[in-house]
Amino acid sequence: MDDAKLDALGQTIVSALPGAATGHSVAFNQLTVDVEASKIVEVVKYLRDDPSCRFINFTDITAADYPSREKRFDVIYHFLSPTLNTRIRLKAQADETTQVPSLIEVFPGADWFEREAYDLYGVFFVGHPDMRRILTDYGFEGHPLRKDFPTTGFVEVRYDDQEKRVVYEPVRLNQEFRKFDFLSPWEGADYPLPGDEKAGPKA
Amino acid sequence: MGLNPASSAGPVVAPAAKGILDPSTGKPVGANDPFFLEVNSELSDKGFFVAATDDLITWARTGSLMWMTFGLACCAVEMMQVSMPRYDVERFGFAPRASPRQSDVMIVAGTLTNKMAPALRKVYDQMPEPRYVISMGSCANGGGYYHYSYSVVRGCDRIVPIDIYVPGCPPTAEALLYGVLLLQKKIRRTGTIER
Repeated sequence: MDDAKLDALGQTIVSALPGAATGHSVAFNQLTVDVEASKIVEVVKYLRDDPSCRFINFTDITAADYPSREKRFDVIYHFLSPTLNTRIRLKAQADETTQVPSLIEVFPGADWFEREAYDLYGVFFVGHPDMRRILTDYGFEGHPLRKDFPTTGFVEVRYDDQEKRVVYEPVRLNQEFRKFDFLSPWEGADYPLPGDEKAGPKA
Repeated sequence: MGLNPASSAGPVVAPAAKGILDPSTGKPVGANDPFFLEVNSELSDKGFFVAATDDLITWARTGSLMWMTFGLACCAVEMMQVSMPRYDVERFGFAPRASPRQSDVMIVAGTLTNKMAPALRKVYDQMPEPRYVISMGSCANGGGYYHYSYSVVRGCDRIVPIDIYVPGCPPTAEALLYGVLLLQKKIRRTGTIER
């Protein structure tokens, strides 16, 4: 599907869901629709059932953390429509206390994805029957993919010969985590390739 | 095939075995090895020979090491490879045994996470004495790439005692095979009945 058609589809969706879908954008031939977190079930039902959409394949739920924002999380949903042969991405803003409605009634496959988003980011989904952690250790504290979670975490394990069991202790590193690459390409440094100087600014 | 009566008139005869001949003697390699000749003459002379008990025990122990597979990550692929026909550890009596209660060696192959650590220790505790552990790969040796991660044990020697560390990321099957041979050498050198 080309960008014009995606744009038209986005407009159709936004105009059909006033108050729930707040805007759309097309980038890299991908359609993104911004939605209200509290109306997500309504949006997803529309995308699944409307004959002009038929996004019947639920692909993914994840989140992204932007600590500088007031509502720090983007909860991100991906769907596929085999009828239109296109994909769609929904973004809903949330913070630590926002109660995002669970999609489990609409797509039962959302079960573990929501548990994963809760585990790693601490986004709450209401209406989920089993909102437990899924990946991290039993009794783990914190949400590791948040930007303010330290890489090395807070606890480490060791087998205690006296207690005859694996015990948890505060992290004690013999050598601190060091990062020597201050010019990481992921942090804004620009390495012009030889002969590429005249190519002009990057898009 | 040789059993097809149309293709051969006479009886089917297997070709003579071609062993590796020593060019200096014209006999198979090892035919004039003084150690084997001595053992052979002692056997044919007396019908028995005398050896130390710990030699016999270590011989039996090194020749039938059963290993507990503990494949945790990509190293497990190399661990599988080492028991496949190319490297074939079973020719050293090193056979996979996916049951901790009947195995002698555990190969920790891959990243050990905090969540897996109690399970690893439980499996180790279920193994009968004498038991040995081979730590395979950077992650198992000291955390490796994930040393500073919040969820990874910084070396599986924090959980179980290790006999052999095999470096590499992942180690080749050949490197693991060398580790196995080193473990056999260690058992032979230690030579005690108790560990």
